[in-house]
Amino acid sequence: MDEIIIKIRNEWDIVAARQEGRQLAKELGFGEVDQARIATSISELARNIILYAGEGEIILQTIQNNTKEGIKVRAIDHGPGIKDITLALSDGYTTSNGLGSGLPGVKRLMDEFSIASKVGEGTIVETRKWKR
Amino acid sequence: MKIPILKIKNCLIASIQFEVDDRTVMEFQDNLLERIREEDIRGIIIDLTSVDIIDSFIAKSIADVTKMARLLGARVVITGMKPALAITLVELGITLGDIKTALNLERGLARLEKMIEEIDR
Repeated sequence: MDEIIIKIRNEWDIVAARQEGRQLAKELGFGEVDQARIATSISELARNIILYAGEGEIILQTIQNNTKEGIKVRAIDHGPGIKDITLALSDGYTTSNGLGSGLPGVKRLMDEFSIASKVGEGTIVETRKWKR
Repeated sequence: MKIPILKIKNCLIASIQFEVDDRTVMEFQDNLLERIREEDIRGIIIDLTSVDIIDSFIAKSIADVTKMARLLGARVVITGMKPALAITLVELGITLGDIKTALNLERGLARLEKMIEEIDR
């Protein structure tokens, strides 16, 4: 399935990314609350890219399993990577003084969440939301 | 684009009508605080009726401006939050602390009046 790639280089790209995400979620028939969940998650992931890596990409994709449709959101950067992923995923933890409430929130907003990170190479966050 | 700020008596009403980026929010913060000082403002309504999404940065900016306004002697009420917005904010982990809210503009103004009376007591 086609991918929508949004380059994240500055704060305006954050708005663009979440608008694209919301639009795609709407087209797929997600309800209003799920549209907001998806768009907010994209916003947080894009903000993390700006804060910690400087630049990267948000990639949106329509997905399908046997029974339902969904949306996949990936955030990819080649920044410094995350040293302690368990810590980064714990609530209330942030290295940026409360900007970007971080990954635990995104994990709650989406249905599936995985992260791979290597120090010095970058981080990939992959999340999915399925239509109910 | 600038977030419009209207004045009624000694209150300001700011209605966020479009998707805001970081810079717009920061400018809004500055404008609001400047006007509190220049126009002897006691109360502020920030209306979110048309807002679909708030991420952690924008939420923090709104929380911050509320605290800053308080330091200048003014009170802030947030109005018109949609259910979807409330759900997303809480799931994201943002509770907005002790910020005062109201369902709509009318109730917000009533609440604000009471809060202003309390300052003067």
